[in-house]
Amino acid sequence: MTIEWYIVLSSLLFAVGAMGILIRRSPVVILLCLELMLNAGNLALVAFSRMVGNQEGQVFALVVMVIAACEVVVGLGLIVAIFRRRLPLNVDDLRELRG
Amino acid sequence: MEEILFFAAALGALGGAIGVIGLRNPFYSVLALVVHLFSLAVLFLLLSSAFVAAAQVVVYAGAVVVLYVFVVAYVGGGEESAWEPIPGQRLLAPLFAAALFVELALAVLGSSLAALGTEGPKVGAGFGDPAAIGYLLLEKFLIPFEASSILLLLAAVGAVVLASRREAAPSEHPAESVQGPSSNGDGPSGRPSSEEVPAPR
Amino acid sequence: MSATAWAWLVLLLPLLGSIVISLGFRGLPARAAGAIGTLAIGLAFACAVGVLLNLLGQEPDARHHASSLWDYASAAGLDIKLGIYVDQLSAFMILVVTGVSTLIHLYSFGYMRSDEGYRRFFSYLNFFVFSMLLLVLAGNFVLLIVGWAFVGFASYALISFWYRRTTATGAGMKAFVINVVGDIGLVLAAFLIFRELGTFDYDAVFAQAPEVFSRGEWTITAICLLLLVGAFAKSAQIPFHTWLPDAMEGPTPVSALIHAATMVTAGVYLIARTHVLFYLAPTAADIAAFVGLGTLLIAGTIAIAQTDLKRVIAYSTMSQIGYMIMGVSIGAYSAGLFHLMTHAFFKALLFMAAGSIISAMANRQDIDRMSGFWRAMRFTSIMLLIGGLALAAFPGTSGFFSKDSILSYAETRGGMYEWMAIGGYVGAFLTAIYTFRLIFRVLPGKPCPEAQELIDTGNLYHGPPINPATEEEEDSEVGFPGAHHHIAEQSWPMAVAMACLGFGALFAGLIQVPGVDNVLFGFLEPAFEDSPLAAIHPSVAHEWTGLAVGAAVALVGIAAAWLLWSERPSLPAVFRERLRPVYLLCLNKWYFDEAIDLLVVRPALAIGRFANSTFERLVVDGIVTGTRGTVGGAGGIVRLVQNGFVRSYALLLVAGFAGLALYFLLSSS
Repeated sequence: MTIEWYIVLSSLLFAVGAMGILIRRSPVVILLCLELMLNAGNLALVAFSRMVGNQEGQVFALVVMVIAACEVVVGLGLIVAIFRRRLPLNVDDLRELRG
Repeated sequence: MEEILFFAAALGALGGAIGVIGLRNPFYSVLALVVHLFSLAVLFLLLSSAFVAAAQVVVYAGAVVVLYVFVVAYVGGGEESAWEPIPGQRLLAPLFAAALFVELALAVLGSSLAALGTEGPKVGAGFGDPAAIGYLLLEKFLIPFEASSILLLLAAVGAVVLASRREAAPSEHPAESVQGPSSNGDGPSGRPSSEEVPAPR
Repeated sequence: MSATAWAWLVLLLPLLGSIVISLGFRGLPARAAGAIGTLAIGLAFACAVGVLLNLLGQEPDARHHASSLWDYASAAGLDIKLGIYVDQLSAFMILVVTGVSTLIHLYSFGYMRSDEGYRRFFSYLNFFVFSMLLLVLAGNFVLLIVGWAFVGFASYALISFWYRRTTATGAGMKAFVINVVGDIGLVLAAFLIFRELGTFDYDAVFAQAPEVFSRGEWTITAICLLLLVGAFAKSAQIPFHTWLPDAMEGPTPVSALIHAATMVTAGVYLIARTHVLFYLAPTAADIAAFVGLGTLLIAGTIAIAQTDLKRVIAYSTMSQIGYMIMGVSIGAYSAGLFHLMTHAFFKALLFMAAGSIISAMANRQDIDRMSGFWRAMRFTSIMLLIGGLALAAFPGTSGFFSKDSILSYAETRGGMYEWMAIGGYVGAFLTAIYTFRLIFRVLPGKPCPEAQELIDTGNLYHGPPINPATEEEEDSEVGFPGAHHHIAEQSWPMAVAMACLGFGALFAGLIQVPGVDNVLFGFLEPAFEDSPLAAIHPSVAHEWTGLAVGAAVALVGIAAAWLLWSERPSLPAVFRERLRPVYLLCLNKWYFDEAIDLLVVRPALAIGRFANSTFERLVVDGIVTGTRGTVGGAGGIVRLVQNGFVRSYALLLVAGFAGLALYFLLSSS
């Protein structure tokens, strides 16, 4: 399979993830869709690293993974905190800033 | 052989992705994500990136998904209502996402980068091995490596702080809280202390 | 010190006086304000004398200097400086202005003493003198316009001095509006001058004008006609004269200073200063001469019918200024200025005496109620008589020599100007009549109650404060005249000022007796030697003939007045009945006020009402409200994007990204 296939697949997964963010309302699911997008990026990175012929892209993908993990941790912490406050877990309802 | 594997993995990834965005119950979405991640690991293997594939399974499917499972179990999988408050969102979201995909695909397929049409150069056996990655991490990309470990530390500390129980949190003392176990929408508005300064209209 | 340095001091001192008095408004005691004001002008007079002496120490041809403090604007072809021009003409004018102003300040020191607005009065008066000096000393047209406008403002402020009187404020506004009409003419003339000659400086303009314009060309005629509009409005010539009688609402010193001696002479000064331009536009000069002649005669006829003391004197001012305008328009520059000087003396004196009489009458000004003051107030009566004699050109007085110098010049020039001279003598006859009508009504005879009180008790008659024109009740707080009145017999500043002016009115003519001495003309003429008209000199014999005719006219007029109002008091009533239409015409001031109201005021008001109701409402408000509505509506639409939903923002993000990618795709293909 030529590299093009991987890149096209990556862009498709990215678009799917983007659409998911736009139509889902639960913060947990939105974070999941963010994961989708990040993974799509990883796929593209690894594919390009294979195309170029060195492993620098893979290292990049590893660092992305680290960052994704951190972001998930913090995001889920936020969700837990919201849930603890008994606020509705709905992105549309959480839109007013409180002082 | 390679093609079959590629298409299988691609289908799995795509199916997992659609499952994530399409399934109502968040728990099922998490499960769909697991399928997606495993398929991606297969794709990484097909691209001769063994270490990344392993990391994908261990870190992502192993740790991150477990975290998700815990949180979803704690938080619960509420159904989302069918009514869309933003006019036009249900129509425009797929539209723009599809537009995005089409443009990216066109950019790739119409690109004059010739190497995209190949399968990549011939690589040796040690391509993508932990040893090779390790060399790169500790020699060329040492600073990003160290920085990402600091980032991990920060994230961990932050998460602990965020989710910790606070002694004076009003939600822990039902007697002080004015609202009690209220439902959506009125949660933030019943706070006593936030109403002192009238907002200038 | 050079002449220009003295001249700057002359300009500076009244301004300083005005500023000091107005800054010290709260703290300064009233008498101190009066003293400062008078002293400032007195010092200015001393500096004016310094200018004169300095000029006299130079060659007659070299007696013109320009001096500038700094450049206002020096770019794009404009070159406007804060500069003054000192020559014989401006030196003469500043001497007259500061001299008479000093005496009037001295008079006001006593006359306005019990007025609550005493300090404000002196501040305004000093400012007025500063403005007049600025007008006269200006070295370019821009500064002239500045001085012109300031003088108009000072006149407004002083006419409306008793601001709680509606008649006074109305008169002030009328004066100001008519003055502004004149200002427009002056400014347009300055524009045209700049457009044709490219400069505003007097030296440059008067040097280049004969080269650029040919005699009788329409541009220079237009310029001169516009200058005349300004001159006529300021000098109260027909048809811009209607403000002057109403301006008598101001206090008497104001009438003396502004509306007799100085401001109304600004038009005469203007024509004299721009004589080079008027020589190039003989049509305009002739128009000016005819307007002067017409004013002279019309004002004379109106004065015979008026019964308000100050208004009679106001119309006589209008008439005498007609003489001056006629004089400087036909080329008798020095003669016109000579009459300006003597008129300043005797007219200010007349107003001062009138002020004294009005004080004795408890602020009433009606001649019909006055009589017998010769026995009650001897000094004032003598002064009134001296002023009247000079005004009527009684032989030997200053007015005698000055008026006839203009008329003999007109005769010498010949042609239609001879008719002007004849008109001038008719006017002199009228002058003698109305002046001595005034004197024979007020001075002799059985004393009226107010005069009787003075004779019996030595105290002034006290009546309730009223508005003399409308008989409304007033009070004596600030904004109305003060509670006490002052007459010359009881107030030394008034007496001293009047005595000085009386001396000038009697003897000032002796500096220019034809054939005997030539002090004034010898001094002034080099300033006008670039005009061929000034080269015309009546012969001495001719002059003496004119003087004889003038003397005869004056004596006949005085005799006629004596007959009508002293010997046979029933005769005037007979004339009034027989010539009733003529009498009504003169009494109603030839209906000029009504005509202007019909032709100008009502259309203007109608336009204003239309503009307010229709144009303002529909167009202006419509545009403004429409803009507001549009902006508000657009804002309302744009605001819909800010709905607070994160997903909506995310959609915009994705949409933007898709758009950007589209752009790059298209641009690279």
